[in-house]
Amino acid sequence: MATQNIVIVNTGCANISSVKFAVERLGNQVTVSDDLAIIQQADKVFLPGVGSANAAMASIEKKQLISCIQGLTQPVLGICLGMQLMVEKSEESLSDNTPCLGLIPGQVKRMQVGDLRLPHMGWNTVTPVADAPLFKGIDNQSYFYFVHSFAVAISEFTMASCQYGMDFSAALHKDNFFGVQFHPERSSDAGAHLLKNFIDL
Amino acid sequence: MLARRIIPCLDVKDGKVVKGVKFRNHEIIGDIVPLAQQYAEQGADELVFYDITASSDQRVVDKSWVTRIAQVIDIPFCVAGGIKTIEEAGKILEMGADKISVNSPALADPELITRLHDTFGQQCVVVGIDSFYNEETGKYQVHQYTGDETRTQVTAWQTADWVKEVQQRGAGEIVLNCMNQDGVRKGYDIAQLSAIRKSCSVPLIASGGAGESVHFKDVFEQADVDGALAASVFHKGIIPIPVLKAYLRTQNIAIRD
Repeated sequence: MATQNIVIVNTGCANISSVKFAVERLGNQVTVSDDLAIIQQADKVFLPGVGSANAAMASIEKKQLISCIQGLTQPVLGICLGMQLMVEKSEESLSDNTPCLGLIPGQVKRMQVGDLRLPHMGWNTVTPVADAPLFKGIDNQSYFYFVHSFAVAISEFTMASCQYGMDFSAALHKDNFFGVQFHPERSSDAGAHLLKNFIDL
Repeated sequence: MLARRIIPCLDVKDGKVVKGVKFRNHEIIGDIVPLAQQYAEQGADELVFYDITASSDQRVVDKSWVTRIAQVIDIPFCVAGGIKTIEEAGKILEMGADKISVNSPALADPELITRLHDTFGQQCVVVGIDSFYNEETGKYQVHQYTGDETRTQVTAWQTADWVKEVQQRGAGEIVLNCMNQDGVRKGYDIAQLSAIRKSCSVPLIASGGAGESVHFKDVFEQADVDGALAASVFHKGIIPIPVLKAYLRTQNIAIRD
């Protein structure tokens, strides 16, 4: 494949470097940008994020990127909080729900895990649905690295599920929008394989 | 199923990995990047880099090695040692670290934990606690500045109370270093870790005392910790990580392939 134009949206969050390095390890050049034109012209777009939904949405709004991201037609991959921003709203804010980008139907809710610890932190096994494009060639029950306390329930848009006190969406997919709750950039070989699958879409 | 984590800890001084006995006589054991890479390839689930020079002297410490690690490592890693401000933490996270760990500076200024939580989110805030069992009083007490024996002091905090405090302030994970066991390689402090586990609703990492594979099995089974951290047994090749992980799997402990 010819050299791709890969752009990481500069959401102002902290894990941008690790996503950038992971894409570079696969032999790709990558641009980090919050410039509308650069994002729109990309072949593939990454939407990273860690921290809180409110802060990230506030940052995206301040950079006037909401309608830009909503209008993208090329493949977009949201990672961790980036995935959570793709659904309709998040209850992470204590006072009220934070409206998100509304790219994929669903809501972000605090995980109900009984006596288990939160955050859900560490390596957990993931079960993809049949023929999930991002999981092509990745063994069922492969381990990926998770760090989160909020999650999106299982729905028709779930591309992979995970179990931690409850079943939740480990990955989402609707049209050109993809999201993963885990950190592929920190998930060893399986994570690198998933990133390659996305870049090769 | 969520796997239990095996976490090698590397002591870093001037960008090199060092080892020393009780923080003295440091001997360079190698360059940081190839060693980190080697552990990742062997199946370490996470790495902790502890900058041992940082807390005990006042100079500005060069952390450019964080970027060099982030470029090559595809597992999560945490940077510990001497992080006293939001700016320092932000810089390290921007360089590509996944978590930052605070210990003595959090004791000096507990509000630091709150600020780190509010700025970067709970997921990247680790609090390290050096806990010493005082046989005379029968109490577990938190110690401060353990990296420098001339400054080490007992704080007013009992360990269980400090564990509660740091959780209320937004710690996302706690590393409990049991000082009585540290460097002795006779096993983790199961009694203390089990007691702390009861009041710890965030992930708890055991540190101090690993000497053989069965110690890892015991601490996972008996103290229900989420991860086990160790240094010398890995650095000296006493327990190769693939051998440890294979053994733990035969003991029906959830371990990443």
